[in-house]
Amino acid sequence: MTLDLRLPLGLLFAVLGLLLALYGLVSDAAIYQVSSGVNVNLWTGAAMFVFGALMLIGVKLGSRRAD
Amino acid sequence: MILHGIDYAILVVYFAFVLGIGAALKRFMKTSLDFFESGRSLAAWITGLAFISANLGAQEVIGMAASGAKYGIMTSHFYWVGAIPAMIFVGVFMMPFYYGSRAHSVPEYLRLRFDEKTRALNAISFAIMTLFSSGISMYVMGRLFQLLLGWDINVSIVASAAVVLVYILLGGLTSSIYNEVVQFFLIVFGFLPLAFIGLGAAGGWTGLQTRLSTVATDAGFASGAWTQSWQHMGTPQANPMGVEWFGMAMGLGFVLSFGYWCTDFLVIQRAMAAKSMNAARRTPVLAAIPKMFFPFIVILPGMLAIALLPAGAFVFNGKTDYNMAMPLMLQKFYPPGLLGLGLTALLASFMSGMAGNVTAFNTVWTYDIYKAYIRPNAKDADYMRMGKLATVFGTLASIATAYVAMMFGNIMDLLQLVFSFINAPLFATFLLGMFWARTSAHGAFWGLISGTSAAAVHYALTSVGPAAASTTLHIYPSDMAQNFWGAIWAWSSCFVVTILVSLLTKARNPADLKGLVYSLTPRITEEGVPWYRRPAVLALVVGVLTIGLNIYFW
Repeated sequence: MTLDLRLPLGLLFAVLGLLLALYGLVSDAAIYQVSSGVNVNLWTGAAMFVFGALMLIGVKLGSRRAD
Repeated sequence: MILHGIDYAILVVYFAFVLGIGAALKRFMKTSLDFFESGRSLAAWITGLAFISANLGAQEVIGMAASGAKYGIMTSHFYWVGAIPAMIFVGVFMMPFYYGSRAHSVPEYLRLRFDEKTRALNAISFAIMTLFSSGISMYVMGRLFQLLLGWDINVSIVASAAVVLVYILLGGLTSSIYNEVVQFFLIVFGFLPLAFIGLGAAGGWTGLQTRLSTVATDAGFASGAWTQSWQHMGTPQANPMGVEWFGMAMGLGFVLSFGYWCTDFLVIQRAMAAKSMNAARRTPVLAAIPKMFFPFIVILPGMLAIALLPAGAFVFNGKTDYNMAMPLMLQKFYPPGLLGLGLTALLASFMSGMAGNVTAFNTVWTYDIYKAYIRPNAKDADYMRMGKLATVFGTLASIATAYVAMMFGNIMDLLQLVFSFINAPLFATFLLGMFWARTSAHGAFWGLISGTSAAAVHYALTSVGPAAASTTLHIYPSDMAQNFWGAIWAWSSCFVVTILVSLLTKARNPADLKGLVYSLTPRITEEGVPWYRRPAVLALVVGVLTIGLNIYFW
């Protein structure tokens, strides 16, 4: 019996993803000149959030099966 | 490089989680088996990602990007010729003996298969090598953050060591493995956007090829030298690495990579923490799948750096330093936010590289030195306490070696040098030990001694470049070539001496070698195991894909 890794992994990426995506929404478009005009914070943040959420859903489903 | 609030916020969230994972795992650390081997309970995907992440420290992220800039796509040989075949081999053929023998560590396997002196030799050399790797990783990190952000190098080293120390003391190997998996995903999310943005800015793969052909012709090579992995390997003079195909395939592909991935306890320990034999065997094979695509994340940015940044960008204090390729790319293409993520991923990779070394060290110290020679029959709690003390000592010793590392230049070559002395002969010993029952303990021991000596003698008698001493027998075109050929000599010497001494000394009783040698171990049945869980089938898929990548970038 040990801690399900997907729990901290999911939490971390959900939190970081949300943080980055929200920053992407509120930040000035001028800072994205370096990245060829693409709002990389929003996209990367969204991808991380989805990944984190999938991990958390996995914990939910997995614990039901294991019990 | 200037960091904003958002960048610091990402760093802080990451650190909070790292320590939080350690704290959450504390209550599961009841016995030494939990602390050193994660209770042999982890799923294959976790141990698999940890298997590659443990190696994903300073050497890979910074070093591979540096090599990508310096040598171009030939650097991919470290993956598609080196790591992947070795990882497949260890999973399919060697893991049954590591995991099946119930040894706690690689040195302990050597004791079961051979004798005490072979184990002691391996345990001690491994312990020293591990502390060096750990120290180098810390030094690189400290210097990098000093150059980039002006952070004090002493503070960076001590602070990151303190964080690593705390989470290992709390959660043992599990803590280290979990943080390695977290780091793996941070690296992917933190660096993959760089490959996309950079490739976009260079005009795609074709645009990059055009730019790199100028780089190649300016350096005096054929125009495809940076973008074709095999075509310029006929002679050492035709490619920037200064190595011909044979030295590459044998030295790097066969000897060094197999020596590292198949015998280094740092990575094998991850697989040995898996919950079953099947999971342990799938660990390196599953790990090979993301590993195969890592060149796009770590080498491509280096190639993009040399193509897109001005030539002077790599000059620091009058010296050219390609180790800055990756950080310079982050600086050029990342806005605040993603920059914080990229730096967090870098920091994470340094710390987990260090943690991997420290956990491997504390296990080998406790099981193979303390339990073996100092206090054989102590209580479990005593070994657990010793493991924690060894963690503290390992961390302090790493800090000391970090300062030693400051005296050396190119990290990659230094590491290769150390590996070629110690790891290169090892694979010959394991190969013979696992697949030839006649191999004797004396054969293994003297084979190893002769291999390491051969590497040292080779290094002493050869040199690189024009400055040759009177004792120099051969001059190599590059450091790489010297290292690869040194490894070939070491391996061959160990192989031959082990066979000769084995034939002259008494063989072990076959009954004692059950589970340790291929011919004396019952085959593993895989009836009822679906194909996608069979190590050999997965290995075949990975092998075919790797050959495909080699051909595509030929």
